[in-house]
Amino acid sequence: MGKTLFDKVWDLHTVRVLPNGQTQLFIGLHLIHEVTSPQAFQMLRERGLKVAYPQRTFATVDHIVPTDSQTRPFPDPLAEEMIRALEKNTREFGVKFFDIAGGWQGIVHVVGPEQGLTQPGMTVACGDSHTATHGAFGAIAFGVGTTQIRDILSTQTMALSRPKVRRIRVTGKLSKGVYAKDVILAVIRQLGVNGGIGFAYEFAGEVIDRMTMEERLTVCNMAIEGGARVGYINPDKTTVEFLRGRPYVPKGAEFDELSAWWLSMASDKDAAYGDERTMDGQGIEPSVAWGINPGQTVGVSEKLPLPSDVPADRRSALEEAYRFTSFEPGRPVKGLPIDVAFVGSCTNGRLSDLREAAKVAKGHKVAKGVRAIVVPGSQNVLREAEKEGLHEIFRAAGFEWRQAGCSMCLAMNADQLKGRETSASSSNRNFIGRQGSPTGRTLLMSPAMVAAAAIEGRVADCREYL
Amino acid sequence: MTLDTRIAKIQGRAVAVPGNEIDTDRIMPARYLKCVTFEKLGEVVFQDERFDEKGAPKKHPLNDPRHRGANILVVNKNFGCGSSREHAPQGILRSGIKAVLGESFAEIFAGNCAVIGLPVATAGEQDVRRLMDAVEKDPSCEVTLDIEGKKAVCGELSFPVSMPESARKSFLEGTWDSTAILMSARDEVRRTAERLPYLKGTVKPR
Repeated sequence: MGKTLFDKVWDLHTVRVLPNGQTQLFIGLHLIHEVTSPQAFQMLRERGLKVAYPQRTFATVDHIVPTDSQTRPFPDPLAEEMIRALEKNTREFGVKFFDIAGGWQGIVHVVGPEQGLTQPGMTVACGDSHTATHGAFGAIAFGVGTTQIRDILSTQTMALSRPKVRRIRVTGKLSKGVYAKDVILAVIRQLGVNGGIGFAYEFAGEVIDRMTMEERLTVCNMAIEGGARVGYINPDKTTVEFLRGRPYVPKGAEFDELSAWWLSMASDKDAAYGDERTMDGQGIEPSVAWGINPGQTVGVSEKLPLPSDVPADRRSALEEAYRFTSFEPGRPVKGLPIDVAFVGSCTNGRLSDLREAAKVAKGHKVAKGVRAIVVPGSQNVLREAEKEGLHEIFRAAGFEWRQAGCSMCLAMNADQLKGRETSASSSNRNFIGRQGSPTGRTLLMSPAMVAAAAIEGRVADCREYL
Repeated sequence: MTLDTRIAKIQGRAVAVPGNEIDTDRIMPARYLKCVTFEKLGEVVFQDERFDEKGAPKKHPLNDPRHRGANILVVNKNFGCGSSREHAPQGILRSGIKAVLGESFAEIFAGNCAVIGLPVATAGEQDVRRLMDAVEKDPSCEVTLDIEGKKAVCGELSFPVSMPESARKSFLEGTWDSTAILMSARDEVRRTAERLPYLKGTVKPR
């Protein structure tokens, strides 16, 4: 019987089985940012501990960075305090920091891949639930808490229980205007927001095989929204070519040797899975997660569900969603008015996402009364986008062109919904209060769908603009 | 003398916060993540669920004076889903809650709880509902979460609870603070690092 990639990576990184039955797992790549790491460094100081493998931890700043201007000091004193803490901690403990001045700052899950830090066959941990993103390379990547960051800093290992692996095959072909975001929303809709608890998701099938690395990153990014802490895709030629030439990837013969090893880590053909599911890619529409969790998703031509339409175990969450959003049950999702449009985040803030949004926006104007912002996922994405003139397309259409950061995905900076506003957002969570206003509403969708919504001032079908 | 970190049983009063998929943004809104210590988080746990935008209290179990001083939180399905922010369990713990009992928990949240000494235990839907009803009817009734005996008791109500055996063992033995045990394997960690093809032996521990 063969092994899955998950099994191979897990076994390779197993240090030992702990007395409580968990595995002590070596962490090949540890990424940190300003929000979840300061307390961990403080714990190290209190215990007189050092960072055990400082060459394997990399830092950047993303959550609290203002996106209108990155000039220091930040206007928000708390944000300034947090970035200073990260500067001090990385300096004192000898950790590489991709800071603002260096030109490679960005959302941690955008920076890792673009630097070539994230590679197949690795274990990757970060104090952020969207760490699953890095699984797109065939790495086992997962979010951790601050106390676990302390453990990783001080030992380069952590204690973990081994999940089962569920293979999700997306077969067939996507139709025009249907993106990676729609695929993962469809998966979450079908398997539920807690369907993945206890599982690592392996995404496979023709649709996934044909995806670019950036699309694969979007799919794995939201595994956690389906309850799966880990989501991954087997490495292939696309993976190898993406990594070739990146700063932290070896060159020449060393690259050939390493990339052969990467490919050997892919799941064997006869690997056994804890569960298998198949979805038809053809049946996926441009989608909108309209409620208060990403499983509350409909296709753009559908109506919002009636409580009687859904299985009993999803009914109370649906009723709560209607209480919170005040949307009318059974109405078409198309036409729901929006106030704010946000293109960005670790889900959809990469160059190809901005290109797709720009394709829709080109030659149109943002609807009157709509605030529309585009936030590149990293300083590098910003530079590349400007080289192509995307910023000019967005500006001409009435979008604000911002600096790199997490921005309105979680609204830890000044980019926030106000009051009862509704946003069309390319981010990952439509949780209550997520975008900075306790009563604000979030509609999740692909960047192209966000651009279409910005133009019409209400949920629209991006296919009419492509 | 070393501190006794064993946790075998939590006794006290319970408070129910019903609802499925209560995510960590709701438990700890992002604006409270702008801090470099966890110290003050106990004061703002569930802030936007408990208070409106003007700061006026809403109807919420944690605002109900009858539940003041409760130390066991009772919840439903997939509690703690979403963001990995440890600020959420830290806020719960620092607000005086010593254990959480529910139908199911998100994995990252449960993992965070396990390493900060906050036991989370699961029970069946019916049993959780009965316990929620019982503490709602009589907030003063004593509730026991018996980790060793794997059960919860509230008056005449008694039902089995479960938690991952690894977490249970760590609480019973007082070894839930994982750093020391992980540090005790320095040589094995080094050997693991040495066999990783992508590190090629270039990375040495400090």
